[in-house]
Amino acid sequence: MAARDIAQGDARKPATGRVAYVNARLLDPASGLDAKGGLVTDGEAIAALGPEISAKGQPEGTAIVDCGGHCLAPGLVDMRVQVREPGEEHKETIASASRAAVAGGVTAMVCLPNTEPLIDDVAVLEFVARRAREVKLCKIFAYATVTKGLKGEALTEMGLLNEAGATGFTDGTAAVSNPQVMRRALSYARAFDALVIQHPEEKHLAGTGAMNEGEIATRLGLPGIPVAAELIMVERDLRLVEMTQGRYHAAHLSTALALDEIRQAKRRGLRVTCDTAPPYFALNESAVGDYRTFAKLSPPLRSEDDRRAVVAALKDGTIDVIASDHAPQDQDSKRVPFMQAEFGTSGLETLLAVSLELYHGGHLPLLKVLELMTVRPADLLRLPLGRLKPGAPADLVLFDLDRPWQIDADLLVSKSKNSAFDERPVQGVVLRTVVDGRAVFLRDAAG
Amino acid sequence: MKTSAAQPSNTGFPHRHLLGIEGLKPAEITLLLDLAESYVEQNRQPDKKRAVLRGRTLINLFFETSTRTRTSFELAAKRMGADVINISVGDSAIKKGETLLDTAMTLNAMHPDVLVVRTPFSGAVNLLSQKVNGAVVNAGDGSHEHPTQALLDALTIRRRLGRLQGLTVAICGDISHSRVARSNVHLLNTMGARVRVVAPPTLLPGPFARLGVECFTDMRKGLEGCDIVMMLRLQSERMQGAYVPSVHEYFRFWGLDYEKLETAKPDALIMHPGPMNRGVEIDSEVADDLGRSLIREQVEMGVAVRMACLDVLTRNLAPANGGAA
Repeated sequence: MAARDIAQGDARKPATGRVAYVNARLLDPASGLDAKGGLVTDGEAIAALGPEISAKGQPEGTAIVDCGGHCLAPGLVDMRVQVREPGEEHKETIASASRAAVAGGVTAMVCLPNTEPLIDDVAVLEFVARRAREVKLCKIFAYATVTKGLKGEALTEMGLLNEAGATGFTDGTAAVSNPQVMRRALSYARAFDALVIQHPEEKHLAGTGAMNEGEIATRLGLPGIPVAAELIMVERDLRLVEMTQGRYHAAHLSTALALDEIRQAKRRGLRVTCDTAPPYFALNESAVGDYRTFAKLSPPLRSEDDRRAVVAALKDGTIDVIASDHAPQDQDSKRVPFMQAEFGTSGLETLLAVSLELYHGGHLPLLKVLELMTVRPADLLRLPLGRLKPGAPADLVLFDLDRPWQIDADLLVSKSKNSAFDERPVQGVVLRTVVDGRAVFLRDAAG
Repeated sequence: MKTSAAQPSNTGFPHRHLLGIEGLKPAEITLLLDLAESYVEQNRQPDKKRAVLRGRTLINLFFETSTRTRTSFELAAKRMGADVINISVGDSAIKKGETLLDTAMTLNAMHPDVLVVRTPFSGAVNLLSQKVNGAVVNAGDGSHEHPTQALLDALTIRRRLGRLQGLTVAICGDISHSRVARSNVHLLNTMGARVRVVAPPTLLPGPFARLGVECFTDMRKGLEGCDIVMMLRLQSERMQGAYVPSVHEYFRFWGLDYEKLETAKPDALIMHPGPMNRGVEIDSEVADDLGRSLIREQVEMGVAVRMACLDVLTRNLAPANGGAA
């Protein structure tokens, strides 16, 4: 996409007056609302919404935003983002990730704790919160690590971190490998009813693998990561959840077999949830093509059968959330031989458009697609977000549902100029992003 | 009182050994507590010595370090006129590779009347008791039982509140590894108290609820309306992250301070089997609150309870030196 205009200056001042967003298609997955109408914000909160709200009859001093018939929905809540600050600011910062987020319609994101230093104590958690207040574009939350120093052995001070505002606990891109440690983590977290999020990958099976194990990896001469690496860890964890009755969330699932396990666990009544990311329902392993490092992801892009299973799991409710899995990498980490390249892709700015393919392709209703990125993650993380209702924070995204564009990694706002979706034609453009009543992103009419 | 055929007795306590509280009847517990009560006064006199156990030999066999329990047994036996030998880890032949049973047989050959045994292994005292002729008292076996501690706790409570029946007692801390917790749960349940256990989930095994207690991980909720708060010691090796992330966090959520104590009854009493980790499981202010802390009284009751146990168990043995049984 061409011109972008990130609203600066005014964006950080708290919103005060009334704004009426009129001539909109209101979409609220939580209530099932899909109707033409308007929405009024007063200061930082939603004051009213409904089909009757228009530019007429608004009190004097109300700013009018004509939505041009486009979609007005709760801002996206992205539960899996790596921001790289502190520690790897050359890849991404809290400021640059925030700009990317609001450009993608994301009004709240939760950061993984795999920074340097790690978010494994209250001080680092408070540092992230302070930087988020300074940047003040989207809302920023953070997980803390499950184990001290990400060593997979000793538990972090989950109670104190929980009190200090940690949204949940995860060892980020590392799995909690030792089953006794995972058992105790799930058990201990229960005292605070805290969520434990697993990167489900059996590390010994994944080994030095660089892509999905299978025919393509064999032809390319690349070591593979088998489906079983994900499956075994999910199976194991579900047994531990059964023992501990903990709250467990499996992140970025990519395989049919692991999703089947989650499906059955939910039927048994376990408190388990899971998410996936756009690459796993929109791409398959053939995207690696000729050693394309932009498509080197963790978990790896899987087979076409797995991709279809992910779509099916989105349809039947097995998957609770779509997260961007934003994993920024700099050029030096990607412009290298495939084996040496880092895992990960920029994801914040393509989350909405790629997810809307599920709607445009006829797989899911529009409200369902939005639900997976708004009210579901918000409820799962117990954040009072993701809804259009009076009194709720005025976190909104206005988007043109149909407008086509082509993803161009070089034009990403993120510092990470790579995307597994580079050059992909998509539909759906974010026009305006509002956080607490503040317009934090506005796209040029020409854009 | 009914006496068992296998162990004829007219003492009202038809057991050769004291291996645990589990299985004791209310009347048997009451008998021990009543008898202990009579020794409390004796222990406060300038002349504390009696001849009830004259001629008897007691061996303290401790495979774990202990100050108060061992001293308490030693004083109890000496005040009753018995000869006492202390054997502890450092000087036992177990260090030289002898098995527990061989050590037991060796000591048995010297005809001790009472063996008081502490071991880090659950069930080891039961095993040993099957191989000796005298009476065996369990002074703590692994995470299993510590019966004299539960008895002294019960005596302390009874003296202060006049009863055990109907009281609500919260046992807090490392429930999972605690023999004190298990013995107290059995005793208090047998005597009609309501028992709660409070611990981080990692130190509170799910099946504990099957022992007839209410389980809590939130301490303020667990202490709600309690008459007695019984704190347990948390061993330092369990505070490094495996069970509990840190001392700081443990104290914040499971350490007894006035803030958490607020939910208990206004006159709730505080107990601790010792040795205490101040600032880990208990705040110093609370531990030293003379109006509410029974911690020192527990130590005093320990001697009396052990005298009562030795008294009853030796009555069940063959008479010493043809003396009166």
